[in-house]
Amino acid sequence: MSSSTINKPDAGDKLKKQKMQHSDRVKAERRMGWYLAGPAFVVMLMVTLYPILQAFFESLFAFRLTAPDEREFIWFANYITILSDSVWWQGLLVTVLITVITVAVELVLGFALALVMSKALKSLKGILRTAILVPYGIITVVSAYAWFYAFDINSGYVNAWFDWVPGIDSDLNWFAQTGTSLFVIMASEIWKTTPFISLLLLAGLAQVPDELTEAAKVDGATWWEQMRKVVIPNMKAAIMVAVLFRALDAFRIFDNVFIMTNGENNTEVLSLLAYRTSISRLEIGLGSAVSVLLFLCVILISFAAIKIFKVDLAGTRGEKK
Amino acid sequence: MKNSSRREKIWWAVISVLVLLYALFPVASILATSFKSPSDLTNGSFLPSSGAATISNYEQILVGDAQELFLTSLRNSIGISLIATAIAVVLATLCAYAIARLDFPGKRLVLTTALAVSIFPVISIVTPLFNLWRNIGLYDTWLGLIIPYLSLTLPISIWTLAAFFRQIPWELEQAAQVDGATTWQAFRKAIVPLAAPGVFTTAIIAFFIAWNDFVYGISLTSTEAARPVPAALAFFTGASQFESPTGAISAAAIIVTIPIVLLVLLFQRQIVSGLTSGAVKG
Repeated sequence: MSSSTINKPDAGDKLKKQKMQHSDRVKAERRMGWYLAGPAFVVMLMVTLYPILQAFFESLFAFRLTAPDEREFIWFANYITILSDSVWWQGLLVTVLITVITVAVELVLGFALALVMSKALKSLKGILRTAILVPYGIITVVSAYAWFYAFDINSGYVNAWFDWVPGIDSDLNWFAQTGTSLFVIMASEIWKTTPFISLLLLAGLAQVPDELTEAAKVDGATWWEQMRKVVIPNMKAAIMVAVLFRALDAFRIFDNVFIMTNGENNTEVLSLLAYRTSISRLEIGLGSAVSVLLFLCVILISFAAIKIFKVDLAGTRGEKK
Repeated sequence: MKNSSRREKIWWAVISVLVLLYALFPVASILATSFKSPSDLTNGSFLPSSGAATISNYEQILVGDAQELFLTSLRNSIGISLIATAIAVVLATLCAYAIARLDFPGKRLVLTTALAVSIFPVISIVTPLFNLWRNIGLYDTWLGLIIPYLSLTLPISIWTLAAFFRQIPWELEQAAQVDGATTWQAFRKAIVPLAAPGVFTTAIIAFFIAWNDFVYGISLTSTEAARPVPAALAFFTGASQFESPTGAISAAAIIVTIPIVLLVLLFQRQIVSGLTSGAVKG
C-alpha cells in the first residue's frame, strides 16, 4: 500500500518525462524543419512580397525620377488616371486576346504532341521527345528573332513562299498592322511554350488506366468517343494545371512583343505598358500603379480558376494530403 | 496484317517528320540567316544565295566590332545564371529535404508560397527594384540581377526537388546505419547517390530559366557591366548606321542556342521527369 503510494508519483513522473522527451523531439524536428526551409522561404518573400508592397506604396505618389522634388502623395489618383485611359484597356484587350488564343491553340497542339509521344513506336520515342524539348530550351528572345526575320519584309522569305495564299504577296508588311503582327507574335509564343504543356499532358495521359480505354474499345467506342468519354475526363486535373500555368505565363507576355513590334500598331501588352511607363519614361508612381494592377489581374485569374474549375494547385502539384 | 503494319510505319514516319519540322524549323531558319551576308539578306529565300554564304557575321561578334558587346554579355549571362542557379539549388535542397522528411507546421505554407512566387508577374517586381537598386547602388551589377533571378529559379527548384526527394526510400539510410555505417557514411553512401540526379536535373531546369530571362536583364542593367545575352541581343547595331544587325544577331543567337540544345540532347530523360514529376499527382 505504502509502496504503491510512493511509486505512483514516480511512475507519473516517468510518464511526464517521456512525454516531455517526446514533445522535445517533436519540437526539435519542427525547429529543424524551419531552419532548413526558412532561408528559402524568407528569400522568396524578400524578392516578391517586399517589392510588391513597395510598388503599392510608390503607386500612391505622383513621382517621376526626372523630377524627384515634386514627389507628392496623391492617394489613388494614379489608378484613376490609368483606368480612365484607353491605353490600359487596349493593352488589357490585347493581352487577354493573346492569352486566350495561345492557350487554346497550345492545348490542342500540346495534346496532339502528347498523344504522338505516348503512342509512338519505341524507336521513335526518344527522337520525338528530344526534338520537342528543343523549343523549350531556346531563349524566348531568340525565338522572337527567328520568327521576326522569317516574316520581316526585308529579310524574310515567308512572303515569297506563301504568295499563293490570298492576301499574301511580296509587299505584305506583317509588322505594319495589328492583326498580322499579333499573328507572328502568337506563333512564336506558341512554338516556344507548347513543349511544356505537352509534357504536362503526357504525364497526365500516363495516369489514364489502360484497362479503361481497352474496355471502351471492346465496347465498340470510336477513337473520338474514347478520347471524349474516357481519356480526357480522366486527365482533367493535368489539363487544368497545364491551362492555368500557361494562361498565367501568357498573361505576362513581354519578350516576343518587345522584340517584334515594341508595342507599335496597337500591339502593346500590359507588361510592356508597365515597362514603358516606369523604365523608359521614369514615371515611377504611374508605373508602380500599372504593376500593382497587373499583379491584381494575375491574382484574379488564379482565384477564378481555382473557384470555377476547382483546380487544387497544391494537391495536383505533388503535395500529399 | 503485314500490310497494315507497313502502313502504320509510313504513317509514323510522316508524323515524325512533321514533329521534327515543327521543333527544328525556326532554329534552322535563324541558322540559315546567320550565314547570309548583309547584301544577301533581302534575297527572299530561306538559304543564302548559292556561293554567297559567309561566316562574316560570326567573325563580327567573336573577333570583330561587336566582340566587346557580345562576349561581355555572354560572360555576364553565364556567370549570373550559374550563381543564381547555385544559390537557388542549395536553398531549395535544404528546403525540399525538410518538406519531404520532417514534420513541421507551415510545410504547406512554404509550398504554396513557392507556387505563388512562380506565377508572380516579373514586371511587377521590376519597377520597385529599379528604383531601389538605383538608390543602393545595385543597379547594373551582377548582384542586382542575381537577387531577382532567385524569384525565377527558387520556386521551381523547391517544387521539383520536393517531388524528387519524396520518391527516395529514406529507410535505406537507417538500414545502412543498422549495418554499422556512421550517420555521415549512411547519408553519403545511401542517400547522396539517389538524390544527386534530382539535384542535377533541378539545376539544369533552373539554369534554363535564368538564362532565358529578358525582363530583368533589360530593366535592371544599362551597360556592359551586367547586361546578359538576351538583353544585349536587343542592343546590337549593324556594322554601319545603314546596315541592319540581322546577321550578327542571328549568329549570336545560334552561339547561345547550341550549348542549350546539347544539354537537352544529353539530359532529355532527366529534364522530362524533372519538369513533370512535381506537376501531376502520382
